[in-house]
Amino acid sequence: MSAPNTSTAEYFRAPADWGPTDGKGFETAASHGHAEHAPYQPVLAVGSARRKELDELLTRYPTKMAVLLPALWMVQHERGWVSDDAMAEVAEVLELTPAYVKGVVTFYTMYHQHPVAKHFIQVCTTSPCNACGAEGVVEAFLKHTGCHELGTTSPDGNFAVIEVECLGACGFATPVQINEDFIESVTPERVPEILAGLKS
Amino acid sequence: MGYPHKPHNRETVVLSKYFGDPEAATLDGWKKRGGYVALQKALTMAPGDIVTIVKDSGLRGRGGAGFPTGVKWSFMKPGDGKPHYLCCNADESEPGTFKDREIMRWTPHALVEGCAIGAYAIGAETAYIYIRGEFTEPIVKVENAIKEAYAAGILGKNAMGTGKTVNVWVHRGAGAYICGEETALMNSIEGRRGNPRIKPPFPAVSGVFAQPTTINNVETLVAVPHILNNGADWYKQWMRADNPKSTGTKLYSVCGNVQRPGNYEVPMGFPFKDFLYDLCGGPPEGRKFKAIIPGGISVPIQTVDEAEASLMDYEGFVANGTMLGSGGVIIFDDAQNIVKQIARAARFFAHESCAQCTQCREGTAWTTKILERIVAGDGTHEDLDTLLDIGEQMTGKTICVLSDSCATPVASGIKKFRADFEALIKKKRVHMVPAQVA
Repeated sequence: MSAPNTSTAEYFRAPADWGPTDGKGFETAASHGHAEHAPYQPVLAVGSARRKELDELLTRYPTKMAVLLPALWMVQHERGWVSDDAMAEVAEVLELTPAYVKGVVTFYTMYHQHPVAKHFIQVCTTSPCNACGAEGVVEAFLKHTGCHELGTTSPDGNFAVIEVECLGACGFATPVQINEDFIESVTPERVPEILAGLKS
Repeated sequence: MGYPHKPHNRETVVLSKYFGDPEAATLDGWKKRGGYVALQKALTMAPGDIVTIVKDSGLRGRGGAGFPTGVKWSFMKPGDGKPHYLCCNADESEPGTFKDREIMRWTPHALVEGCAIGAYAIGAETAYIYIRGEFTEPIVKVENAIKEAYAAGILGKNAMGTGKTVNVWVHRGAGAYICGEETALMNSIEGRRGNPRIKPPFPAVSGVFAQPTTINNVETLVAVPHILNNGADWYKQWMRADNPKSTGTKLYSVCGNVQRPGNYEVPMGFPFKDFLYDLCGGPPEGRKFKAIIPGGISVPIQTVDEAEASLMDYEGFVANGTMLGSGGVIIFDDAQNIVKQIARAARFFAHESCAQCTQCREGTAWTTKILERIVAGDGTHEDLDTLLDIGEQMTGKTICVLSDSCATPVASGIKKFRADFEALIKKKRVHMVPAQVA
């Protein structure tokens, strides 16, 4: 980017039409497709079971910030993903800024920043599993779920398949994680049976 | 070793004795198997005496670096008026390693006991077990064990009726290989991005929450109760006569193209050749071993002839040009494309780089792109030199060793299996020449 022929102050000045003009506040990431479809229901409201759980966790650590990862897990368990609104809620409860919370969320791969399929299928394809035929397992899942492409959600919204880095069960190749369930020694032949078990 | 196979008669089962035994995961079952005797004993001893016994036993860190555990503990100064912390590293993410997972699944109370003893020995009232987020079953098992231990008065403000305070908590990670690096792990517990910190200050001076902290691997802590129960000399019975620096037993995770993958526990100094063929059953039918990585994917890859000559302890592997690392033995047979597997390893590191340091962020990505290009048949002969050059620039220049870990399998792979790389590159040339002639 080449600097225009103006003073620095002029260069960084916001355009005249930028800002809260419609009474809804500044444009945020939420207006770019990460928004909730319905009004956000707080997960950690005072008096709720999750809030009690959170308060109990706070006694284990000397700082409030240390509860950030567990708090994000709670939100994800309740809602299936971590939206910008959820990050703002967690930030308020733990006295952090939403931007800080977003920085942490984006670092860790297990927090979903978008709604995900009902059954989120992660197949380990790192070298040891790869040598034992993990790619065949990925293909079988893509074929039998109807996803056809890595990362996309199947037309019925039930399945998404991704390749994941080492799941830490290399001797039980190929391990597959479906939401919170861990399945060991998966072969392409076992895939239809595993999927049938999910649908029921 | 037990699960999923019966222990081999040449194994020495100490830590893995109860793998596959569901009763061992319960408090009653664990007590029946001699559990919490060592903790009861430890809480009546002076912390310094525990550190001395562990030092004498020669126990070394089982997570990869092999630092003497007792010496690490002795860096913590009890009575300095600061809160101390113990962090147990259960973020087992090194490809090829799955021993801690089995320890937590089958013997979670062993880990709770080890953590409690470790915490008491370093003057800490709180221990955090940092378990990687993907380990849903081990997390449940360890949390249940902790719950049982609190209910039975084993943990808490009056641990085992001795008036001492020992708390043990689980902290769940959320999917980041780098959080297995000790300073990144502490950042993650504090609720930060898992970026490694510059050392010094070392954790014993300023660790988690800026207080003196010790970080130990699961397998290290699980060995401590056995040492307290049986004494340092008992633990030293397992070592090579000519190498007193490595003592005790070690769990090895075996995976890849092998007859019997799984966890095997053998004494220090065990011959690697016997291990590969006798315990693990050798290569799959009709195949031959081609390449072996003995300590998780970050250590140098070896040809079979080189690997077979190793004796299995910290010094034995180093003398043979590789490392014990985390004990994750990865085996590739002659049906595998070694270049593809190394490219896959590089992709792992590119994905897991925290992107703090330029050498790592750019180097891991660049290495992956070049390797995948070679695998696709579009490589050039200059690529190999470029890879080695990038690897050199990535080594010893960053905050943590993830960058070095990516460069190691690539550099050693090119050195040991150059013909495989060149075969892929030549294919391209053969394809090009007739096209030009025509």
